[in-house]
Amino acid sequence: MSEPFVHPYIPNTAPEVRAEMLAAVGAASVEEFYADVPADLRLGRALDLPEPLVAEQDLARHVSGLLARNVPTTERLSFLGQGTYAHHVPAVVDEVIGRSEFLTAYAGEPYEDHGRFQALWQYQSLMGELLAMDVVNVPTYDGFQATGTALAMAGRMTGRRRVLVASDVLPAKLSKVRDYVRVHLDLETVPPVDGTADVAGITDRLGGDVAAVWIETPSRTGAVEHRLQAIADAAHAVGAILVVGTDPVGYGVLTPPAEQGADIVCGDIQSLGLHQWYGGAHGGFIAVHDDPRFVMEMPSRLFGLATTDVPGEVGFGDVAYDRTSFAHREEGKEWVGTAAALWGIAAGVHLALMGPQGMRDLGEVLLARTAYAQRALGAIPGIRLTDGAVHLREFAIDVAGAGLTASGVVDALRAEGIEPGVPAGEHELVVCVTELTSQRDIDRLAAAVTGLVAASAAEAAATLDTVATPEEHRA
Amino acid sequence: MIGLIVNPVAGIGGPAGLAGSDGADVQRRAGERGARSRAAGRAAAALAVVAASRPDEHVVTAAGPMGEDAVRAAGLRPIVVWHQRSPTSPTDTTDAARALADVGVELVLFAGGDGTARDVAAGLPSSAVALGIPAGVKMYSPAFAVGPSAAGALAAAWLDERGLPTAEREVLDVDEEQLRRARVEPRLFGTLRVPYRAGRTQARKAATPADEQAAVRLAARGAATRLRPGIRYLLGPGGTMAEVARELGVEKTPLGVDVVLDGRVVVAGASEQELLAEVAHGPARAVVSIIGGQGFLLGRGNQQLSARVVEAIGDDPVMVVAPEQKLIDLGGRPLLVDTGDAGVDARLAGFAHVVTGPSTTSIYPVHAPENEGAVHAP
Amino acid sequence: MSLPIAPKPAHRRFHQARWDEPVIFELSTPGERGVLVTAVEPGVRDTVGDVVATLPEGLARRTPPALPEMGQMRVLKHYLRLSQENLGADLNVDVGQGTCTMKYAPKVNEQLISTPKLSAMHPLQDPADAQGALEIIWRTERMLAEISGMEEVSLHTQGGSAAIWANIAMIRAYHEANGEGAQRREVITTIFSHPSNAAAAKAAGYDVITLHPDADGYPDLAALKRALSPRTAAIMVTNPEDTGIYNPAIREWVDAAHAVGALASYDQANANGILGITRARDAGFDVCHFNVHKTFGTPHGSGGPGTGANGVSAALAPFLPGPRVVRDGDRYRVEEGGPRSIGAIGPFHGVVPNIVRAYAWIMALGAEGLRAVAETAVLNNNYLMKRILEIPGASAPYATGRRRIEQVRYSWQELFEETGISSEEIGIRASDFGMHYWTSHHPYVVPQPFTLEPTESYSKAELDEYADVLAEVAREARETPEVVRTAPHNQTVHHTHHDDLDDPERWAITWRAYRRKYPDAVGA
Repeated sequence: MSEPFVHPYIPNTAPEVRAEMLAAVGAASVEEFYADVPADLRLGRALDLPEPLVAEQDLARHVSGLLARNVPTTERLSFLGQGTYAHHVPAVVDEVIGRSEFLTAYAGEPYEDHGRFQALWQYQSLMGELLAMDVVNVPTYDGFQATGTALAMAGRMTGRRRVLVASDVLPAKLSKVRDYVRVHLDLETVPPVDGTADVAGITDRLGGDVAAVWIETPSRTGAVEHRLQAIADAAHAVGAILVVGTDPVGYGVLTPPAEQGADIVCGDIQSLGLHQWYGGAHGGFIAVHDDPRFVMEMPSRLFGLATTDVPGEVGFGDVAYDRTSFAHREEGKEWVGTAAALWGIAAGVHLALMGPQGMRDLGEVLLARTAYAQRALGAIPGIRLTDGAVHLREFAIDVAGAGLTASGVVDALRAEGIEPGVPAGEHELVVCVTELTSQRDIDRLAAAVTGLVAASAAEAAATLDTVATPEEHRA
Repeated sequence: MIGLIVNPVAGIGGPAGLAGSDGADVQRRAGERGARSRAAGRAAAALAVVAASRPDEHVVTAAGPMGEDAVRAAGLRPIVVWHQRSPTSPTDTTDAARALADVGVELVLFAGGDGTARDVAAGLPSSAVALGIPAGVKMYSPAFAVGPSAAGALAAAWLDERGLPTAEREVLDVDEEQLRRARVEPRLFGTLRVPYRAGRTQARKAATPADEQAAVRLAARGAATRLRPGIRYLLGPGGTMAEVARELGVEKTPLGVDVVLDGRVVVAGASEQELLAEVAHGPARAVVSIIGGQGFLLGRGNQQLSARVVEAIGDDPVMVVAPEQKLIDLGGRPLLVDTGDAGVDARLAGFAHVVTGPSTTSIYPVHAPENEGAVHAP
Repeated sequence: MSLPIAPKPAHRRFHQARWDEPVIFELSTPGERGVLVTAVEPGVRDTVGDVVATLPEGLARRTPPALPEMGQMRVLKHYLRLSQENLGADLNVDVGQGTCTMKYAPKVNEQLISTPKLSAMHPLQDPADAQGALEIIWRTERMLAEISGMEEVSLHTQGGSAAIWANIAMIRAYHEANGEGAQRREVITTIFSHPSNAAAAKAAGYDVITLHPDADGYPDLAALKRALSPRTAAIMVTNPEDTGIYNPAIREWVDAAHAVGALASYDQANANGILGITRARDAGFDVCHFNVHKTFGTPHGSGGPGTGANGVSAALAPFLPGPRVVRDGDRYRVEEGGPRSIGAIGPFHGVVPNIVRAYAWIMALGAEGLRAVAETAVLNNNYLMKRILEIPGASAPYATGRRRIEQVRYSWQELFEETGISSEEIGIRASDFGMHYWTSHHPYVVPQPFTLEPTESYSKAELDEYADVLAEVAREARETPEVVRTAPHNQTVHHTHHDDLDDPERWAITWRAYRRKYPDAVGA
């Protein structure tokens, strides 16, 4: 170092202070502190990293320049879902979670971090109202983890291995859950019928060795399960646990699974007040009834109300803290770590702003726009809805009848500034609408697809003339 | 309402080099050596903590040196419900404890050592709550607070919060004749309900009794799942081993060594000779836990598992079972074996795989103090 | 005639905000609205009719959720008050959460991510529309590969423990791919490694062997050798451990593991003091992870979201979780995991806003800056240790007289034995001065523990202030113990009663449960 390296993030790089501190501890140099690091493990050179941008303005220009290369969904017409959803985020939500006090806190006690405890306890409570359940955890990483944990809980509680997967599940989610539980649980698929679970098929496969029946509603394609109570009754008859994976966004209008026999309800909170963040803003919830057999199997933190020395003062603390792996290491229920608390605070603020009427209005607009989009696309010749179930937000279309492929539709419409959906097979396209997708937007998609279908038909006609195979032409 | 009992002769054997203070003879000899009990002073120090926040508190106690003096020294108001005989005897403490319980004292503080704890436990109903102020020579029983101030703090919290959670703690004592001959074999003499303070933060976790119990159960379950058919298991004494027996669904003699084969007790409370006979019948293994705070595996409290028995078992003769916290509580000191046979001790020294749960073990060093040099075998 | 202002007293006269804010449900006023939802267009309604009325039997919710009904500003005000009742790292000298590396999360990074160019990106958009996000992910992974010495790095996981899970999942897949999955059933860890290593290994189906340190607190190589066998799948260790002690024989540990065919997994949660000093791969490790939110300066978000980085050797690279960002010339694309990948741990590319923050943080510092981070964190730690050990009743068990790396696990045992005041009570009292520390250290090896990790972010004056506060509380513990015992006094809430929190009959995890269990306490 030719001249002293003083960095604004590191106050004690100031030379005089540094010298004073070294003198105070009686060290000639910082090298002394590394006495235990063997010489042959020392790097012995500078890290090979890009030249730093130490001036804030240079850093800002560089990073903003990179981000400027993104073209976000606000500049495209997006019908993308499949795990991450574009919903409106009220300004107050961002204001609250942007506060330094919440943003930069971590794991203080219920005294100096009272606000965090209250905000997260309120999140638990607000979710509890939406889900009609008495116990909700402080968020875990995401809906994938929440579901893996919910099934692992069912395995621990029943001591059984079989899990019946009775809904269409997002492939990435299924992959995660399978790898997470495979030591303890065997997942078996019971293929859905017309979009929703095959109750008879489930009943046939149920037995005293089944730990859980896992239902996803809405499913991968947005189908809403409408026979939960029958499935719950069948599962409970053999002592199995009904685990329902869900997106809570619809429960302003839809009956929550807990009122139809679900034992564990889990899923993701990204739809409740979180931006898309390129898929980087997920939080997982696990909800159970207030039954210690379930509660004591939950690995996440749970905050609870407490009194203080002052009457009327609201205090908080950790409920049954010793469930966690912090306390019992490998004997704990999985582990607890830094997960998604800030997103939980956001979801809580979101639900408080929405209120019962807001959630009802949102649910209704989602159901209505979904149904509208289904009709608009399903009416196009050659385009077929894949099932007859009620859908929330997402649905799948089959484009084979129009001589198209799903990826072909995507490629063609991207050229028009439209992301029409996510391919889920050669001919299946999953389309997503939210309250941000207006009637006009849906009409524009339908028109674009109609144009594509017409072009494909014209092309097919031309192809017949020249007796070539359609595959070659589309390639 | 809290109460106080002071054993006015507690601890006088210690400074006098007499390893305990039990028995009129020892007390007389200690007195001759000029020893004075520190129990009253330490009881007063504990109550001073209570007095700091509750200067008007009444304390139910026994007359004079058995409590009243210490209550006054702390600036609190004594309510004397029992008068001692002279000279004091063990039944004084027991009778005083009974008298305090009879008038409805909710928390009995007692200043003394293990012998005092034994006597207090004998006088209290099982529902009563007590807490030791450490002032004796021997304090093997986990019924004592870490110091007088800590005891006082707990008592103050008891009053502030109108009660605290309690846990059942063992009352242990050693035969002082043996102690004076440097052989420590604590025996279980009963239990006391002891208050503890759940924390006030997310850190409410400094090993609560519920944790300890769960950890013992896990370790026991770990041992139970590792037992194989056709092998005779020689279950040693102690609480963890009692839990192992519970897991197996068999009766256990609390202080003896019991032989279990295929889920049945073959011999209960076996002598060394009986153990040797059992081992001669076929493959066998000793299952032991950690005895007392010193970390002994063999040679204290389970002498039936002698060098000859260990030798007869053959390879890998001992399964050690203990909750992780018991290892942690050794504070870095090694586990110890002292079978009386240097060769056997040397074989056992090195590291033990300690079973802490069904799928967990810990590696922990084992030393043979009578046989230093064999320590830390590679 | 009132100036000049008198000098400040020795200790800050702090008081946390105390709004005495009710639970939000108690603020509900029927009919108020916080935010309105866009209406269903008449054209849509005409086409689809009443979608709620036509739902299948039982699917329409009968009773609306009992969410509060509040005007927008009331919601804002309530939560802003709660935020003031929270002590974020931006406000206090946050050295008391040892192992958590509470460093400065630069404000410019918050500004940089606050753009629809990031927040309105959908992960399944055309990669051509996501080149900025993909490039930042790729570049950050490459920089972390250089920092760790590993061949490949993935930023897919959402936190440190999720990354630990990915480590053990990769190790499991590796042994299975080699036909040794059934044979290698054991994972070895140390008692001062982060407990998530043991927990994740257990969740992955392994038997866990725990090693205790030697008498001086150093990891015990002889114990490791006793534990290793052909059954060993991996060693999973933290270094430096949570005591701030660096294992000088770490290379021998890794070699011993390799000698029996086991893998070596490095928990680098405590990497802040060794950036640019020594690297995981150079010690021979096969896999490692960073807690990006700790070491690389992203805010901790009241407990997440965090970000994990998994680094692997070339042999383990095929097992990394997916999807991966790949560079083709000057373009970036997304590749799903290959046949040996452990697949997704969570959705998509991980916590993208944190990845961008971490990228900006590293770019603001560079190689020289990272080294200054490490050296200053270690200097701060050893300076603070000197100040703490000057307080009567405080001690630093193990490695007596030696330096520590970036944190120290201290003990108040002497003070506790003398005064009956516990570490927890001292921590709570410290909050009356606007400072705090946590005591949730498990396993409970060091009695009456507190772990301080000053990082590089705090000035000498701040470290002095922190030590002065602890010294003052220790003095109070001796001289006016009831002041400590009845703390907090200057906080949002008072001494809290936690006795109901372990009783299933009495605990109240939601307002809904509270209303049911205590009907008389809640106005109908």
